[in-house]
Parts: sequence; C-alpha cells; structure tokens
Amino acid sequence: MIISQNKPFEEILGFLKNSEKIVLTGCGECASACNSGGEAELIAIKAKLEDAGKQVLAFIVPETSCNYLLVRRDLKKIKESIDEADAIVSFACGDGVQTVAKQVKIPVYPGNNTLFIGEVERVGIFSEACRACGDCVLGLTGGICPVTRCAKSLLNGPCGGAKEGKCEVNPENDCAWILIYEKLKELDQVYKLTEIREPKDFSKIAYPRTLNLRNSGGGAIK
Amino acid sequence: MSMLKTALENGEFAVTAELAPPKGTDFSRALQIAETFGDRVHAINVTDFQSSTLKASSLAMCKALIDLGLEPVLQITGRDRNRIAIQGEMLSAGFFGVKNLLALTGDHPTVGDNPGAKPVYDLDSVGILQAAKVLASGVDMSGNKLEGSPSFFLGASVTPEYDPIELQLIKMEKKIKAGARFFQTQAVYDIKTMEKFKEMTKHLNTKILVGIIPLKSAGMAKFMNKNIPGINVPDHLIDRLKNSNDPVKEGIKIAGELIVELREKNLCDGVHIMAIGAEENIPLILDEAGL
Repeated sequence: MIISQNKPFEEILGFLKNSEKIVLTGCGECASACNSGGEAELIAIKAKLEDAGKQVLAFIVPETSCNYLLVRRDLKKIKESIDEADAIVSFACGDGVQTVAKQVKIPVYPGNNTLFIGEVERVGIFSEACRACGDCVLGLTGGICPVTRCAKSLLNGPCGGAKEGKCEVNPENDCAWILIYEKLKELDQVYKLTEIREPKDFSKIAYPRTLNLRNSGGGAIK
Repeated sequence: MSMLKTALENGEFAVTAELAPPKGTDFSRALQIAETFGDRVHAINVTDFQSSTLKASSLAMCKALIDLGLEPVLQITGRDRNRIAIQGEMLSAGFFGVKNLLALTGDHPTVGDNPGAKPVYDLDSVGILQAAKVLASGVDMSGNKLEGSPSFFLGASVTPEYDPIELQLIKMEKKIKAGARFFQTQAVYDIKTMEKFKEMTKHLNTKILVGIIPLKSAGMAKFMNKNIPGINVPDHLIDRLKNSNDPVKEGIKIAGELIVELREKNLCDGVHIMAIGAEENIPLILDEAGL
C-alpha cells in the first residue's frame, strides 16, 4: 500500500491563496486506508476550508485515484463543479494527484505527502517495507528487505553501527541485517550471506519507469 | 611500495595513527601534528568526512602528507560518492602516489553536521574493495581499459565487540575475498575481547590492527559505552580515570599499557591509534607503549 499523510493545513491554504472555489478529491484505496483521503477526512477538511473562507463546491472519493479511466469516470460525476472551480486539492498519493491533474484544466494541488510503500501492521500503524528497487533480493535475505530496512541499503551485511540490535540512524529501528541473520539461521540458510553481492545495476531502474503488458505479452512467467 | 604493507609482511608490530583533515583550508595544524609522528608510525590514516562531518577531503590531506615524506592511508566511504566518483578518487590517489586504502561503509549523513545530505551508498565497503581490486587489473568496474592503474594495499574495518559476532566474521571474510589485506578494529579496551577475537579469526590469515582510542575522562568513557556501537570500556578503567588527578594522562597510560599487553600476548599485528581531536598526544601514547 502507498502510505500518505495530510500536509499541514497552512501549506494547503498557501496553495489556495488566489483560489476561492475549491473541489476536493480523495482516493478510495490507500489514502482511505491511512486516513488521509477517505470520505470522513474530506468532510473534515471541507469544514476547515470553509472556516478559512473558501467555498468547497464538491468533493469526491474516486474508487482508485491512480487509475486513469476510473478517475475520468468519477470526475464526470462532478463535472459542473470542476468547471466552476478555481482549483482542486487531491488527497491521494502523488500518483493519484497526477492522475487527476492530467484530466482537468485548473490547478490540482497535493493535499498529502506521499511517504512510502508500506505494510499495514495493524489498524493505523504502517511501516516501510519495499522501495521498489526493481531487482528483488528477498530470496537471499530471509524475506526481509535490506534495501528498505537497512538505512544504507547495504547488500553485503551490516555496517558497524548497530547497538544492541538497533540502527545507528534511528534507534527505534532494528538493524535489518541482524534480523536477516536471525531469520536465515532459523531457516538454516546462513550460507546465503557468505557470497559477495555485486553492486546494484541502477541503469536498470532509471526512472520514470513504465511497464506495458500489451507489448510484453502479459505480466506472468511464460 | 607501502611501508605499512612491508612492516606487516615482515612481522613488525605496525602502528598507524588516525588524522582528520581540517574543517577549512588551513592545513597547518594537522600537518604540524603529522610531522611529530615522524617515523614512529608506519602510516597516517586520513579520515573521509569522519562521522559524516564536512571537512577537507581525505585525498587532499593524503597528498599533503606525501609531500612531507609521510605515508598516508586513504580512507574512502560509500556514503558520499557513487562508483564513478569512488573509482575517480582511486585513480587520482594513484597519481598522487597513495599506496594504502581503507574501505568503509561510512556513518549515515543524519549523524553528521550536514544531516540533510543525500546518502549515496552505491558501493558498500565490499564494493569499494572490489573497485580497487579491479582498477589494479587495468580496467574499471565496467571493463573499460585504463591508461595506467593504481595499486593499493587494501584495508577494511571490523568490530570485535559486535553482537552477533558471526555476522561481523561473515562480512570480514567477504572483505578478504574482495581484496582486504589488513583490518583495523573499532576501539578495544578489554584484552579478553582480543583474546576471543584472535581465536575466532586465526583461520583468516589476515593482519589485524587493534583500534586504540585514548580516554580523556570517565565521562568520555561512559558516553562511548552508551552511544558508540561496539565500544565497551570496562568499569575498572572508568574507576582509574575517575580517581586520577590528571585523567588525560591516565588515559594515555591506559592506552600505552593496553598496547604493551596486546603486543606481549601477540594478540594482533599492530595498532591503529584514533585520538579524535587529541592527536598531539599520540607520541606520548607511543612513549608509554615503548614504540
């Protein structure tokens, strides 16, 4: 899931300095799950904007704000409001904001900061688990990602910076390599740590990346 | 030819001293201190933006030391440079006549004085060693031919008090495979640590320089115990510092005694002295150690 968080309200108001009539959009997927762009949040933000003297003409939570066709379908439902509005604030992830922005002729401002690809540990608690590095190493590391969970994305084992199993960068975080070692010990796969891992080939993941299943004949293993 | 390499290969007790480049363009104090080491150290190990703090570069200081007739060890971390910059630094170091290179992961930028800097870590310490090894063969990491190639005596670091130690040993072996010929350790204060570590690493057939950080006060020892990973100053040493009228002098004495004991018991191939800001005391430590 893409984890996002509302921007400070003052920052959003800053975007809207010269805009009076506003439309709000959210997202029915990730942003709803992390309380940054569901219906309840949009209702609350609408009230705050109105207190700040703005007119909120409409709000909508597209089924999936990162799906071009679904966003197009859902924006049509509030076409009249969009035609009248000075600006849209999108409370989705950065992808969702851009999907909305592509389809309208007025400014679309981000209401959220997009934080990370994460796991829902439990309701309201999210942790970063994947950095979309394009070359998954989990098969070598006991299902624990060093690219994400090691602050230095080290591939050949830990730096010397762990203290009592915690990371030097943030002592609330476990050292990923110690977790990996413990896990591989359980799995009887410690031998996987002994081979040198070559540096990653970043030319393979130069962004922006695209994937076209129509050209590649589908996404699954043949 | 690297003097450090020669000393280690000849079984001499090697001494290296760590020195940081200045924060600024005035190298005079650092170079004056370096000259006081004279031929009492085999090499001066120049830090690479140590603790992620901005300073002049390690390579500039290494060049200045070479000009004074002193032998440097160029430290390179993976924190600030990608593989292009790291290999370029190595070519430049080869041109300047740097003979020794120490590969480190590097502290994270957030612990330093420019905490907003983008961390790089394109190569880890193993990757840096591999880069040096491949450059020595006459090509770069992509296989492109070089006009002249550098050759370094390669080193790396290890933390004997790391828990779990097996994980350090696995990485140590990878570093050896990647070309490391000597190791310098995180600071050690307890002789038992090195007794155990020597036993655990005897099959590796590598050279180990034990890290020595002279203590300046009981407070410093407690601070390091609490905050610096892999450092464990035993209580009896903290008491000695606490009960001393001149804790700096006592710290120098403790360092000297430790070096003597390590040497007598043949627990290492040398020492690496990191005086962190009190480099002028390094000759005094060597006096205490009889070196």
